[in-house]
Amino acid sequence: MKVELQNLTKIFPSRNKKTGGEVIAVNDFTYTIPDGKLVGLLGPSGCGKSTTLYMISGLQKPSSGKIFFGEEDVTELSPENRGIGLVFQNYALYPHMTVKQNILFPLQNLRGADKMTKQQMLDRAYEAAKLVQIDELMDRKPSELSGGQQQRVAIARALVKMPRVLLLDEPLSNLDARLRLQTREEIRRIQKETGITTVFVTHDQEEAMSISDEIVVMKLGVVQQVGKPQDIYDNPTNLFVAKFLGTPPINVFTGKVEGEKLYIGENAVLDVKGVEDKAVTVAIRPEGFIVKENGAFECQLSNVEVMGRDVSVVSRNAASLNPVIRSIVDADNKIDVTSATVRYDLKPHKVFLFDAETEERIYFEV
Amino acid sequence: MSDSINEEVVSEEEITVEETVEPSENQTSALVEGVMHEQNIKNVSNKQAVMKILVQVGLYAFLGIMAFIILFPFYWMLISSVKTLDEYNLATPTLLPRTFDWHNYAEAFNAANLGTLFVNTVYVGLVSTFLSLIITVLSAFAFARLEFKGKNTLFALLLATMMIPGELFTITNYQTVSEFGWLNTYTVLIVPFLVSVFYIYLLKQNFMQIPNELYLAAKVDGTTDLKYLWKVMIPLALPTLISITILKMMGAWNTYMWPKLVTKNKDLYLITIGLRDSFKAPDGGQTDFPVQMAAVTMVSTPLFMVFIFLRKYIMKGVSRSGIKG
Repeated sequence: MKVELQNLTKIFPSRNKKTGGEVIAVNDFTYTIPDGKLVGLLGPSGCGKSTTLYMISGLQKPSSGKIFFGEEDVTELSPENRGIGLVFQNYALYPHMTVKQNILFPLQNLRGADKMTKQQMLDRAYEAAKLVQIDELMDRKPSELSGGQQQRVAIARALVKMPRVLLLDEPLSNLDARLRLQTREEIRRIQKETGITTVFVTHDQEEAMSISDEIVVMKLGVVQQVGKPQDIYDNPTNLFVAKFLGTPPINVFTGKVEGEKLYIGENAVLDVKGVEDKAVTVAIRPEGFIVKENGAFECQLSNVEVMGRDVSVVSRNAASLNPVIRSIVDADNKIDVTSATVRYDLKPHKVFLFDAETEERIYFEV
Repeated sequence: MSDSINEEVVSEEEITVEETVEPSENQTSALVEGVMHEQNIKNVSNKQAVMKILVQVGLYAFLGIMAFIILFPFYWMLISSVKTLDEYNLATPTLLPRTFDWHNYAEAFNAANLGTLFVNTVYVGLVSTFLSLIITVLSAFAFARLEFKGKNTLFALLLATMMIPGELFTITNYQTVSEFGWLNTYTVLIVPFLVSVFYIYLLKQNFMQIPNELYLAAKVDGTTDLKYLWKVMIPLALPTLISITILKMMGAWNTYMWPKLVTKNKDLYLITIGLRDSFKAPDGGQTDFPVQMAAVTMVSTPLFMVFIFLRKYIMKGVSRSGIKG
């Protein structure tokens, strides 16, 4: 089931009546979530990603725009008629019910032709529980479960109605680091097994990149970029996206283009064909540096962190907009730690130019 | 740069060496000081222990005296209820009854028509508690969960009525019910006190602590508001509801002024009124106190039971309210 969002907009009236001014949480969002894929909505807090999710679920009505599930317009449908499963950030399990009762709860509301017998409901509940591997815990109360187990119960409860679309709101944020890694693979597995179109919301770019088929990067209610995680990482359309994706974060410098050469400080670091002379913001991925004795880009060496396979070189440059420049190079590189400076050559496809004012990407021929 | 760092390190090492060499003779004095210090700690901890015990003794003595003051009237009620009238009238009261006159209980039951009084009180108590609970739950749900215009203003108005002492309502209430022609009916004992703003407030606060996500999750599953209320909110707020039920029942059991005003028909008497009026000798002679005490004992027993078994919930309700229900 593909999910189509057309010009989706959500405007919240201002809380403060005196000062007025409404909040545009989501602004003109148009995007088609492909059938059977796992899509991550990614952005810093307050970017409208959760609002988008709630609009898909039907818990919030869009101010304008339409939502289609397949060919069906569901914009005016209430949540229970859309066929969605929703997992909340805090799981929202009913604390006084056992796991089994929690999973059965959605089925007990079915009316008319969908109404099931007790046995059918139980079968379905156990089926869902098996899928997330909690069928051993059916008689426990949520308070007797670990965070990861509660999460699974919440997913089972969302899946038991066999929804057309599964929605996850910050599914991993309440778990510790180890469990997070495990659970995100689990979510990926469940999504693949069921083939349900899944949308999840996260502010953690690593999480989004690691399991999504596609990600949507949002900022202040506006979609910045949509695409496969690797494509967005390799080809950000603006400075915000470039900065938001990647760990360690991208290195940003002020620079200028003169005569098709890119200058950072006094160093002409790269040939940039087809770019007119102007002030630019330069962003370089940590893996975009090559340590070289006669490299074009000179920085003050701070220290070198050895991480086994790689070496992380920390250096400084007056033009850098980050506190330090962090580059990741192969451990085979011999770096003279006692030297005060380090020189780099740059990999052209890891260097992105942005307009200094609009922060939009400026493309150059590699 | 690196040279200067090295110098600093060296100079630090020198200093530490000097320090360790010097104070060998001072060590003994330091040891003595250490022992003294330990003793000090011991003294202090002894003092603290003594203080702690003293405080405990004082506390329990105080509690004991208070318990005695509270419990003695009950004891007096119990022993009086089994005394004969002659023994009761002795100039020096006996602390233990000489004879146990159990007939007082049978007499009290018949004389005061306790059966009818019990039935009336239980009926009024149950019906008013039940209806009151429905009203409380539904209004608390509306105030806690639903969005409607003027919600906050309405709630503020309701809360404002709590500022008016209940006795002030009595006159207007009396006028209203007599206009309605409700005097001397069960209705008049039940209806005027069905809405309790305080209980609504109490339950509303409880409802609001239930995370909003539970409601949204239920909405996604197509749960109606009423079903959500019944299946999720009420079970989660059950302790509060039990508190309210008990306090309301106790209130119905203890109420005196209003029933006294509005019922003249003996068939409608509640227990409090019945007890007050039953044991007066018809010729204006002495009330048969032992029999009256026996009746009071019987009437108090249900409340005692409730208190002993459900005190957890009573405490909770009362401690939150700061006033007795």
